[in-house]
Amino acid sequence: MTDNAALLAIRGLTKAYPGVVANADVSFEIAPGEVHALLGENGAGKSTLVKAIYGLVKPDAGGMAMRGQPYAPTDPRAARAAGVAMVFQHFSLFEALSVAENVALGMEKPPKPGDLARRIGEVSRAYGLPLDPARLVGDLSAGERQRVEIVRCLLQDPKLLIMDEPTSVLTPQEVEILFATLRQLSAEGTAILYISHKLEEIRALCDRATILRRGRVVGACIPREVSAREMAEMMVGQTLTPPERGQPAVAQGEPALEVAGLSVASPIPFGTALKDIRFTVAAGEVLGIAGVAGNGQDELLLALSGELAAAPGMIRAEGKPVGALGPNARRRLGFVSAPEERLGHAAVPAMSLVENALLSGAIRRGLVKMGMIDWKKTKAFAEEVIADYDVRTPGPQAAARSLSGGNLQKFVVGRELAQGPKVILINQPTWGVDAAAAASIRQVILNRAAEGAAVVVISQDLDELLEVSDRFAALNGGRMTQPRPVKGLTMDEIGLMMGGAHGMSAASPEAGDMVHPEARQA
Amino acid sequence: MIRLERRPQPSRVWVIATPVLAVIATMIAGGILFAMLGKNPVEAIRTIFWDPLFGDYASYSRPQLLVKAGPLILIAIGLSFGFRAQIWNIGAEGQYMIGALAGASVGLAAYPTDNPLIFPAMVAAGALGGFLWAMIPALLKIRFGTSEILVSLMLVYVAQQLLSAAAFGFLRNPEGMGFPGSRNFQDFPAAHNPELIEGTGLHWGGIAAVLAVIAAQVIFARFLFGFQIRVAGEAPRAARFAGVKPGAMTLACLGISGALAGLAGIFEVTGPAGQVTTEFGSGYGFTAIIVAFLGRLNPLGILLAGLLMALTYIGGEIAQLMLSLPSAAIQAFQGMLLFFLLAFDVLANFRVRIGKARLA
Amino acid sequence: MIIDPVLLTVSLVIAATPILLAAIGELVVERAGVLNLGVEGMMIIGAITGFAAAVETGSPVIGFIAAAGGGAALALIFAALTQGLLSNQVATGLALTLFGIGFSALIGQSYSGVRPPPIGGPLFGPLSDLPVIGPVLFGYDWVVYLALLLVLAVWAFLFRTRAGLILRAVGENAEAAHALGYPVVRVRTLAITFGGACAGLGGAYLSLVRVPQWTDGMTAGAGWIALAIVVFASWRPGRALFGAWLFGGISVLQLRLQAAGIAIPAQYLAMTPYLVTIVALVILSWRGGRGLAPAALGKPFHAAR
Repeated sequence: MTDNAALLAIRGLTKAYPGVVANADVSFEIAPGEVHALLGENGAGKSTLVKAIYGLVKPDAGGMAMRGQPYAPTDPRAARAAGVAMVFQHFSLFEALSVAENVALGMEKPPKPGDLARRIGEVSRAYGLPLDPARLVGDLSAGERQRVEIVRCLLQDPKLLIMDEPTSVLTPQEVEILFATLRQLSAEGTAILYISHKLEEIRALCDRATILRRGRVVGACIPREVSAREMAEMMVGQTLTPPERGQPAVAQGEPALEVAGLSVASPIPFGTALKDIRFTVAAGEVLGIAGVAGNGQDELLLALSGELAAAPGMIRAEGKPVGALGPNARRRLGFVSAPEERLGHAAVPAMSLVENALLSGAIRRGLVKMGMIDWKKTKAFAEEVIADYDVRTPGPQAAARSLSGGNLQKFVVGRELAQGPKVILINQPTWGVDAAAAASIRQVILNRAAEGAAVVVISQDLDELLEVSDRFAALNGGRMTQPRPVKGLTMDEIGLMMGGAHGMSAASPEAGDMVHPEARQA
Repeated sequence: MIRLERRPQPSRVWVIATPVLAVIATMIAGGILFAMLGKNPVEAIRTIFWDPLFGDYASYSRPQLLVKAGPLILIAIGLSFGFRAQIWNIGAEGQYMIGALAGASVGLAAYPTDNPLIFPAMVAAGALGGFLWAMIPALLKIRFGTSEILVSLMLVYVAQQLLSAAAFGFLRNPEGMGFPGSRNFQDFPAAHNPELIEGTGLHWGGIAAVLAVIAAQVIFARFLFGFQIRVAGEAPRAARFAGVKPGAMTLACLGISGALAGLAGIFEVTGPAGQVTTEFGSGYGFTAIIVAFLGRLNPLGILLAGLLMALTYIGGEIAQLMLSLPSAAIQAFQGMLLFFLLAFDVLANFRVRIGKARLA
Repeated sequence: MIIDPVLLTVSLVIAATPILLAAIGELVVERAGVLNLGVEGMMIIGAITGFAAAVETGSPVIGFIAAAGGGAALALIFAALTQGLLSNQVATGLALTLFGIGFSALIGQSYSGVRPPPIGGPLFGPLSDLPVIGPVLFGYDWVVYLALLLVLAVWAFLFRTRAGLILRAVGENAEAAHALGYPVVRVRTLAITFGGACAGLGGAYLSLVRVPQWTDGMTAGAGWIALAIVVFASWRPGRALFGAWLFGGISVLQLRLQAAGIAIPAQYLAMTPYLVTIVALVILSWRGGRGLAPAALGKPFHAAR
């Protein structure tokens, strides 16, 4: 019975969805107290696997054993009863409910409200995760929300803690604090299944790693003993080359896009208002904007693209005030934009690619005359984007929602970049796209810049930003730092920019009394 | 185990097949209902669906088909604009009554002069009345974010009281011997909406309905405006991305549906109804909701659905006479049809799988 | 023209009871994230089933039980369509109302002109003889107190119990609730059924007490007003009580004014409750009340497993 050494053993686990095998014959083991990385690209099957462990997905074949006993949770409650807890990447907090209520919802038998508040206090002190039980989650910052999730898990004394992409919402300093918490837990004997595609983090934190590609285990390693590049190539299954720049970018005189004193309220419930944002982007230049999710990225893109109206002079294109113009008026001036959310914002899920090509291409590609749609021309435009950007689809009449995330992203980005733009606005250009396609999307963005477009790239992927940008800025609580040339920036400086230490009052009223990492360590 | 699995894109076959299936299922369920009421189900179904067209009294009932289908189609076409954009005008009944009231007021103010412009002026006033009545929920929604569903519906009851006030008060026929109700437009040729071809039941409302079907078909298929309506309904954020102003969309959709309902009202009051009475609101505005859904918000579908629904109205009346089936039965019947339609709709968007998923 | 304030208060409370019952049920439904526009249909089905059962058995209590069952049965159709078959909630709610009005008229054929058994005197008989506070506080039948109790119970359930917390969580974010292992569809189905039963009770109060007789389409928009009151109340039980009383006050007052024969035509007075409802909705929306709505209201939920 050597199996008993393992806390959780997964044996031949298989789960298929129509048209895709999410997990095929996956086997690995997690030892007590171990920090085990599950590494893979988006779509590699990590989420399905952890959902099976957490009882949200029922495997088609294969099984699991917990300390040698068969383990087949029928729902998350059963998983929690067996000592499994999970911190989700999205979708598990209730914004209109208080911290205490959110915590109570994640527990099997929550204590009375008074006792619960006391225990939240105890746990958050013990692990350095300060929280006010009475506050509404909607008013918390992304980092604080994650604390709610972690505290919720810790109150149940889990044997296995699953963390799904936990650092995508954190600043580098907050990541350090999280890692300290996780190491403490691990030392106390809690096993951690850590899901990520960020290789350096895994090298810094994890004892072992299992690598998934297209639903199968393609390798295992001890992260400290291999290079990030080796892990990346196992994960992607090919050798990687970074994009090339056509020419060294220099700020070419006239600013194409000027933003001065941009302040607007957020149209999104519990969103972040933009406060006095100012920057310029020259033709041919790429400005990269980083920031933890929910610090005003969505609002900034809406304001720049024209979906959110501002005062005319707050935004200028080639000197002309455009702040009050709508999206189509700005398109006429050469703006294109690709919002973060593909389904439902950048594309209509139930509509065909032809119809989705019309969505934003009508003006710059001349697809509508006198209010009448030229469907033939529209179809040709869609086919052009499909061919030029290697969009894998049965044809231009396929519905947007039938495409995989990566292919739809290629279509959406391609649709915008194929419009001869002068100003390009992109939020999360390669989110959910496989590494090879991501590299080609970045390459096209750089090509357009080389052709003279001013580009604003907003992303949570720091590596991506440092790769494509000429200058770098960060958003925090709706304020933006002074953009700085990428050359010579250190990771520490970037972290401080993202954390809000940029010479202004640190926390915004919306972010509340968020405690800063530095302050907490002091 | 039965599971639903979302289709990558809606099935075209099922989109067309579900209304047909829903009608068949309603006939079966209706038959059971009639059997429970102690009627012969086969006879009842035949009386409702067959006799109006081919039965003994078909020469009387056949023209009624166009009389009833006209307003249903006209209103449903208007509603389809809003429903496609997820703007829920369910107060078409009120807009229909106000259209009739506004148009009739213009006509009766001109009584008894004879001028060829009177009828066109009344039609314009009817459309305007319905349009303005629909602007109330539209403007409140844009300005204050008030639910257009509740406001438009409340306004039906207000319109009903206004109609009643008119029939008892300001539009009461001075020569009506004190009975409530306005002058009859049959006695006022310049304002009358006659049967255009004898024995067909076709009046100007029917012509307007056909024109509306054609116009809607062209707008939905070829015009950017039609495309924008669909985008607004399918994905509001994508609509804003495409430069569609939600407020303008609300105004346009509620305005169109209000104006068409108003038109239906003025054609009805000057034609088949003949006068403003308290009973003028006959539920066309509500039945048109069923027509719009049954026709899949598609203009040609609405044309067919309107004719079918008109058939059930006439069939219901015949069944009331011949089989003494209660008149309310037909309303229950229509509601059932909508239930079945919504239930079968699942087939267009989902695959129904039985058993476990297989490996792909 | 004298309007007795005591009498007015008493008839206000009675006029408010049917919409209060329907509104408190719909409030729970909407707190679970479901928009059921079929309140009018469920009310009128409750009105006729309650009426028929009370007439056949001679017992108003059985009538009310049957009414709750009738409303709940219709609500279950809504639940099956929207939760099971994922149909559009707006369209399905409308279908419920259209079907309910037609079907109730069909059942009600043989009951027009019949008088239902009386509900009986005030629950707290002797106390109601006290001057002023007697009729105002103790002068009502048991259903009025049941409705008030229900408001209190719904408040306690929503904000003081774990089940209520789960229901609110489902209404805020169904995906998150599902991810935590809560049965979203079951919670919503139960809420919808409760809403239907409450609407049925409200309808029966109309046909058995308020009017009391059966006429086709007798709810006359009461269900829609209940829906408006839920919005007006910002999804809070206590405010729903206030909204129902406000509406009850308006409808009683306009009836009194009609009866008193003032110089305004009756039709203009009769439309005031609906106009007041619109005004109340506008005022609430103006104050940004929509931000208080359950975040998942009206959004369908389908768990892909």
